[in-house]
Amino acid sequence: MRAFFDMGGYAAFVWPAYAVTFAVVLLNIFWARRALERSRAEARRRLQMQREVS
Amino acid sequence: MNWTWFHRLASPPHVYALAVRLTPWFAWPAALCIAAGLWGGLVLAPPDYQQGDGFRIIYVHAPSAWMSLMVYVTMAGAAAVGLIWRIKVAHAVAASCAPIGASFTFAALVTGALWGQPMWGTYWEWDPRLTSELVLLFLYLGYMGLRAGIEDPQRADRASAVLAVVGVVNVPIIHYSVTWWNSLHQAPSVMRLGKPAMPLAMLVPLLLMLLGFTLFFVALLLTRLRGEVLARERTASWIREVVRA
Repeated sequence: MRAFFDMGGYAAFVWPAYAVTFAVVLLNIFWARRALERSRAEARRRLQMQREVS
Repeated sequence: MNWTWFHRLASPPHVYALAVRLTPWFAWPAALCIAAGLWGGLVLAPPDYQQGDGFRIIYVHAPSAWMSLMVYVTMAGAAAVGLIWRIKVAHAVAASCAPIGASFTFAALVTGALWGQPMWGTYWEWDPRLTSELVLLFLYLGYMGLRAGIEDPQRADRASAVLAVVGVVNVPIIHYSVTWWNSLHQAPSVMRLGKPAMPLAMLVPLLLMLLGFTLFFVALLLTRLRGEVLARERTASWIREVVRA
């Protein structure tokens, strides 16, 4: 187990590389969902306004 | 041959419904491939005879770099379709690609720097491969900045599409930079003519990661596409159905 985390002495490079990549993966999930949620909220607001006008 | 399915891809309500239905079919296989690829790459693959365990950075670096290029080609292709046939959905696809591509280009640059330091003795060098990949990041950021700077969505679509299409010349430059010039960066070991230059125990996890990231891109694209399609439809009545909370 110790040897696994040590990565043959390359731990200081291997693990940050994995951390950055998975941060980007998770952020992409978060950003994509947030973008969709914002568009849906915006569409709801527009429909609401149309209803009030008519 | 019946081409209705193809023509329906230009119809916003159809595309929205299709995206809802297809997303899980890409997201879950992506998660499985990435999990298996990580296990294979970090645990099962033997250390490299020259780079020891340092080579394992390849399992995040190569998929990120692949994404940076594949997403750009998708974006430019969609932008071209949008420009030529004036299809709104195509512009929505292009706009959805940019933030995904930019973030993975960033990941490719950072993981590359972390690989460069132990193997080449430097985090950064103004090398053809590294420099052209940095230009790719600026192309993505320029595309997003241009879109953000134009108020009218149709003008933003057209102007940014021109930038995306022109910028595609950078893609072959990145890909062939390591063979055209004497670069620090190693030559391709998977995407080359003939056999991959890697034993199977190293290659299979890499292919799983590449496939997993590609499927993940499609799931992200479908999610973002729904938002972009909604934003382009001002008055259509189908919107009422899909946003009813």
